[in-house]
Amino acid sequence: MKRRIAYYQGCSLEGLAIEYDTSTRAVCEALDVELVEIPDWSCCGSTPAHSHDALLSAVLAGRNLAIAESTGCELAMTPCPGCLKSLKGALQAFHNQSERDVFLEILAMPFTGHIKAISILQLLYEIIGVDEISRRVIRPLNDLVLAPYYGCLLSRPAQFAEFDDPENPISMDELLVGAGAKLVDFPYKTECCGATYGVTRNQIVARLTGRILDMAAGLGAQAIVVACPLCQQNLDLRQSQVNRYWKRRFDIPVVYITQLLGLALGLEPEQLAWDKLFVEPDWPLTAPAVERDHLEKAQS
Amino acid sequence: MRIGVFVCQCGTNIASTVETEAVAREALQHPDVVYATSYMYTCSEPGQQQIQRAIQEENLQGVVVAACSPRMHEPTFRRAVEKAGLNRFMFEMANIREHVSWISNDRQANTRKAAELVHMAVAKLRFNHPLSPSRVAINKRVLVIGGGVAGIQAALDCAEGGLEVVLVERQPSIGGKMAKLDKTFPTIDCSSCILGPKMVDVAQKENIRLYACSEVESVAGYIGNFSVQIRRKATCVDWNLCTGCGLCMEKCPAKKVPDHFNEDLGNTRAIGIPFPQAIPKKATIDKEHCRQFTRGKCGVCKKICPVGAIDYEMEDEFISEDFGAIIVATGFDLFDHSSYGEYGGGRFPDVISGLQYERILSASGPFGGHIQRPSDGRQPRNIVFIACVGSRDASVDRPYCSGVCCMYIAKQAILTRDHLPDSNCYVFYMDIRSPGKNYDEFVRRAQEEYGVNYIRGRVGKIYPKNNHLIVQGADTLLGAQVEVEADLVVLATGVEASAGARELAEKLRISYDQYGFYMESHPKLRPVETNTAGVYLAGVCQGPKDIPSSVAQGSAAAAKVQALFSRDTIETSPQVALVNERACVACGKCIQVCPFGAIQWKELRGGIQKAEVLPSVCQGCGLCNATCPPKAVQLQHCTDNQILAEIDVLCA
Repeated sequence: MKRRIAYYQGCSLEGLAIEYDTSTRAVCEALDVELVEIPDWSCCGSTPAHSHDALLSAVLAGRNLAIAESTGCELAMTPCPGCLKSLKGALQAFHNQSERDVFLEILAMPFTGHIKAISILQLLYEIIGVDEISRRVIRPLNDLVLAPYYGCLLSRPAQFAEFDDPENPISMDELLVGAGAKLVDFPYKTECCGATYGVTRNQIVARLTGRILDMAAGLGAQAIVVACPLCQQNLDLRQSQVNRYWKRRFDIPVVYITQLLGLALGLEPEQLAWDKLFVEPDWPLTAPAVERDHLEKAQS
Repeated sequence: MRIGVFVCQCGTNIASTVETEAVAREALQHPDVVYATSYMYTCSEPGQQQIQRAIQEENLQGVVVAACSPRMHEPTFRRAVEKAGLNRFMFEMANIREHVSWISNDRQANTRKAAELVHMAVAKLRFNHPLSPSRVAINKRVLVIGGGVAGIQAALDCAEGGLEVVLVERQPSIGGKMAKLDKTFPTIDCSSCILGPKMVDVAQKENIRLYACSEVESVAGYIGNFSVQIRRKATCVDWNLCTGCGLCMEKCPAKKVPDHFNEDLGNTRAIGIPFPQAIPKKATIDKEHCRQFTRGKCGVCKKICPVGAIDYEMEDEFISEDFGAIIVATGFDLFDHSSYGEYGGGRFPDVISGLQYERILSASGPFGGHIQRPSDGRQPRNIVFIACVGSRDASVDRPYCSGVCCMYIAKQAILTRDHLPDSNCYVFYMDIRSPGKNYDEFVRRAQEEYGVNYIRGRVGKIYPKNNHLIVQGADTLLGAQVEVEADLVVLATGVEASAGARELAEKLRISYDQYGFYMESHPKLRPVETNTAGVYLAGVCQGPKDIPSSVAQGSAAAAKVQALFSRDTIETSPQVALVNERACVACGKCIQVCPFGAIQWKELRGGIQKAEVLPSVCQGCGLCNATCPPKAVQLQHCTDNQILAEIDVLCA
């Protein structure tokens, strides 16, 4: 039976992170999940809204949840952790006795608050499950050595995220291992990438992402796997900036979990928009095999 | 009845938000009130004399004092009226401080409420009767629960005073946490050298009976006459025969048993004596790991034991003992640092607890006192200590200060620098708390003489890299982030209530706080008493404290017991239930509801059955009173009539 889930792609996935959108849709289809795009969805307000006024952010995100409810779905999924935080903020405002009235008054739409907001990782890990996904793997990621990187928002703050471990998350690890990949024990799983400072003070991002890239390279990872458009952007798009700042020559692909799972599920690279990455993988996509000399070179 | 009302101002405690004069004036309107006044400090000597004078001059037959909580001064005023010739139960107290003046600033509403509380007290007093206590003999034996240093001190002091003592310890040996320590601050004297002789004293004192490997199963009775059931857990070794020779331990083939005494840092055998100085020095079988129990065959120890002490069939044994007083000294447990995901959540073998490091430092520890890493046995060069792990941290529900960690890490850092002069020690701390005698000087010595690097700030993350542990933290004095490449990280794990503390509190009917520490009767003035008469506290079970304070409290609890036992009898409260036999219909409901088993059947002439209350067992809870259909059982001093009189005037 097909699962019907409301899909909130968010603004990032229309632009810089279009490969996240493409691969999410493709993987969901391959896993018999029907994504119902929220009709006439609008921006969640992102950082500018919640840093200006929590209520503004709640109502902007709430509008999308209200429409999602009207599609009859019980879950609204968004791949972007920033959007997820805004959606959860809307639900929090609704469930808070003292905020509810003013929230609903500004929203001016019917809203029951029954809908739940989840991330793509939650959908894959908690709802579909590692077992089902690994059963469907037809092209295992044959020992590809990967560094899973969650960033700071996916599992935190713990009371808010209600997903995985705040300090040592493992959901992406298990999904990747289930798809046949090898993982490095990555200590910087939840270190900050610098987030939106990429725009205003990009030296901060160059410093912080440089540490993450250095750790991944030092451990011999062939790619860093992410589930956040902002992390991906800072690590991938800005890798050349980082190289200038640190005087290094990092050359590590930074790929979305959905792109890798898509390959494992037998989808073609074009269906997963692999060509949108700035740092291209130096391993073959359709039959990724471990390159021992690559690994040994990196470790020595 | 001629009643006098005395309204206390309690300095400004009451007078600032209650019109005490007006309350007194209004009291004069109530029936039977012939005298009413307001006074600055009614509990003071002149205040009490004023009451006594009024009793004489006005021929008062009952007294109402409107002041603080009866838990504070009811005994004071009862004594005062008794001295003036009244029965102490012809006195009532209205609480207009905790229940009125301290909780609201609305002067008008407060005055109204105070006046109503006084009116209720007067209405009740009109139905009071003189009551007299009876006396019961005190059983002059004392039970000490817990054989750590606090319990040992309490037991020794009681025994020194000639009392018969029973010491119950749930572990195979007494000594508690102190027995696991290497050295003690601030004098760096050897822990087992100062504790050992006390432990031996316990074993040798003729009037101390030690039940190790035992737990309190149930407690009944009351001050002077407790009856306690003790479970002696099956050790599978007959301790009457065991000589402590240790042959069984040598030959036991189960060699991979986690050594709890060494905080699981090493392995021990499935039978044995936990440590060389153990008291009693008797072997115990760990059934969880013993092959005779896990595989059904082995029997090596039974064959080897020269005195035939091994008994695999042994079962828990229950014994009942009677006591006049109980000292609770159940100690603490160490906070489990696995909830700190940022410090590895227990995944890294070289991130250890403070007590594990204590065992590493100890000559009788897993590495013979040589400092080495649990993971690979290498000698560490850089050692990081992190303070406040499981203390002062609301995010793990431990907002309190454990009080000892600042000192023990200073001590451990000093010992580390002493053992390994080439090592570097770093201490990440929030604040240094060292208020004891010679304590701050000690911390300064760690910093100045021993060159321990103190960094003020929290550690945010620990991760392994190239066989080291990278410790990322903040130096809030420099305003900079710091990173230390450590070989060993010692977490100053805090103190928490002992496992099972809450269950034991329920058995003893004493109260505990939200963290499971036992509540003293008054936080300043009654620090070793509980609210259950005859039950006293010592040591960390009451709240985090260091060795000197635990020992002091152990002695204090013993002194309290000595004072209690200096009398031969004790007054029992006459505020107990009483059955009106003419009204009793013998339905038996009161017998069913009584939580203390204080009601039994009594047969009158002609075989008629009636309920009967045993006044020495009754605790005056009133359940039977509320349950009795014909209202035949009445709780003295709190009868239905008295309660209804209060309600009547309140609703009038």
